Amino acid sequence: MPSGPVARDTSLDLPPGPRRSEEVVLDVRGLVKAYDDTAVLRGIDLTVAEHEVVTLIGSSGSGKSTLLRCAGVLEPISDGQILLDGQDISDPRVDADGVRARFGVVFQAFNLFPHMTVLDNITLAPRVVHGVPAKEARQRAEALLDRVGLADKADAYPDRLSGGQQQRAAIARAIAVEPRVLLLDEITSALDPELVGEVLALVRELAGGGATILMATHEMGFAKQVADHVVFLDQGVVCEEGPPARVLGEPTQPRTQEFLRRVIDAGRL
Amino acid sequence: MTLEQPTPLELSRRSLRARRSRRSTLTALASTLVFATVLYLAVTSAPGWPRTQATFLNPQVAWESLPKILEGLWLNIRVLAVAAVATLVLALVVALLRTLRGPVFLPLRLLATGFVDLFRGIPLIVLLYLIGFGVPALRFTDERINPVYLGTVALVLTYAAYVSEVFRAGIDSVHPSQRLGARSLGLSYGQSMKLVVLPQAVRRVTPPLLNDFVAMQKDVGLISLLGPLDAVRAAQIASQSTFNFTPYVVAALLFVLLSVPTARLADWASARATRREQSGAAL
Ligand SMILES: Nc1ncnc2c1ncn2[C@@H]1O[C@H](COP(=O)(O)OP(=O)(O)OP(=O)(O)O)[C@@H](O)[C@H]1O
Ligand SMILES: [Mg+2]
Repeated sequence: MPSGPVARDTSLDLPPGPRRSEEVVLDVRGLVKAYDDTAVLRGIDLTVAEHEVVTLIGSSGSGKSTLLRCAGVLEPISDGQILLDGQDISDPRVDADGVRARFGVVFQAFNLFPHMTVLDNITLAPRVVHGVPAKEARQRAEALLDRVGLADKADAYPDRLSGGQQQRAAIARAIAVEPRVLLLDEITSALDPELVGEVLALVRELAGGGATILMATHEMGFAKQVADHVVFLDQGVVCEEGPPARVLGEPTQPRTQEFLRRVIDAGRL
Repeated sequence: MTLEQPTPLELSRRSLRARRSRRSTLTALASTLVFATVLYLAVTSAPGWPRTQATFLNPQVAWESLPKILEGLWLNIRVLAVAAVATLVLALVVALLRTLRGPVFLPLRLLATGFVDLFRGIPLIVLLYLIGFGVPALRFTDERINPVYLGTVALVLTYAAYVSEVFRAGIDSVHPSQRLGARSLGLSYGQSMKLVVLPQAVRRVTPPLLNDFVAMQKDVGLISLLGPLDAVRAAQIASQSTFNFTPYVVAALLFVLLSVPTARLADWASARATRREQSGAAL
């Protein structure tokens, strides 16, 4: 496990907003998302700075997945603004496909394309979207697979992989395009407990290597150890946020306290 | 214990399994024989059997009509080949048009929906008559339009309407996160369709597609209604000149023979699809 080249300070209790002098990569301002007439997100403000790991926590239905999909321009938003490296990517005039190519996204399940080998899954976007020559894409993919511990699975089809291996391959695919931000949506929640560790270890390694990550998770222990910043979403608004030690250790909001109590009762902290 | 050197226990289990499978093969063989004999005796002991045999199963008539019917069948096969390819292409286009979203595509979507509603609703025989006799009546050209072409067009229109729905069901059955996953990698709508959604959809609908192909193999016989000398028409002519129905039986057997390989292929494809679904990890 790399100790992490990026120095992080998780003990300070700083006000919300850009917390460091580091450059803000993803900036979500007043994001509103409604399906039909029900608002799922009701004015979300959130920033992710370069090399920062921000985790979203909150009960089921609080809007974590919706927030990640909106941030990754996979869904139109109802109001507000999303900036990526200062560019307003919620502007309908921007090239949405080009913007999406700057994100790496991993969902809870069904990430890999079942009709392609693991290697083809990983080389698809580099070849088709970024115009990397096939041979070079292949070499890079092999290096990536080696890094995620799947060097021997390059030519396997996804249904021959365990759930943990599938998610690691999905992460490899997401980082193959060298994204500015990784959006991870509960990537371990469909896994058997003994497979969760291997996937989280990989995320931890990426974080240590300086990746910029926004992730929704139910793994509070993981959030506590790896996150720089924890955002607690409740009914479509940011209810409480701050360094993990404070938000998870001594929450001030009653809703957060209640949520954490339930999590502890369920044995997940 | 290695895989190459099974334990005596495993060896005894294997020989038991082999004995069991031998026994069940024998049982199947015996029951088939018994069943066939009973059926044969029942049919041949029927009071009308000698007459039926003479008018439907006359070996001499069968032998004499065979060359002409085979020649006709060759036409059916050629029509089938062209119609099958044209159907696949047209059906795919219609299915893709129907999946387009957004107000810009409304006219195209409506057109595709109308196409499916219309040609799925018209009985094939009626469509054959409408196109086979209606289009020549319009007199686009002075020359006579080959009825084979017109029959093929009718066949393609009807089958494309059906098959496009099969394709659409296949496209819809691909999990939404596959599409989302493709888009999240920066693939355009067209690229996601072509590289991610369609390959999966086509795999899934291969068994029903083959089933439709079997149906089409016999429906090509309907073009005989427009006059071309295909297997059915050849059988009809032979039957009228001999006052015997045997040529129809010959044609029927030939159509069955034609469809058996596809039917087996369909079985195999659907068994494989089932296996895949079941072995596919939950994730
Ligand atoms: N496509 C949609 N159409 C309508 N409502 C939706 C849609 N997607 C999500 N929602 C609603 O939005 C709310 C938030 O959903 P979301 O999936 O973002 O929650 P979540 O925090 O990710 O929950 P979980 O922890 O269970 O994954 C839910 O009430 C859900 O019913
Ligand atoms: Mg979710």
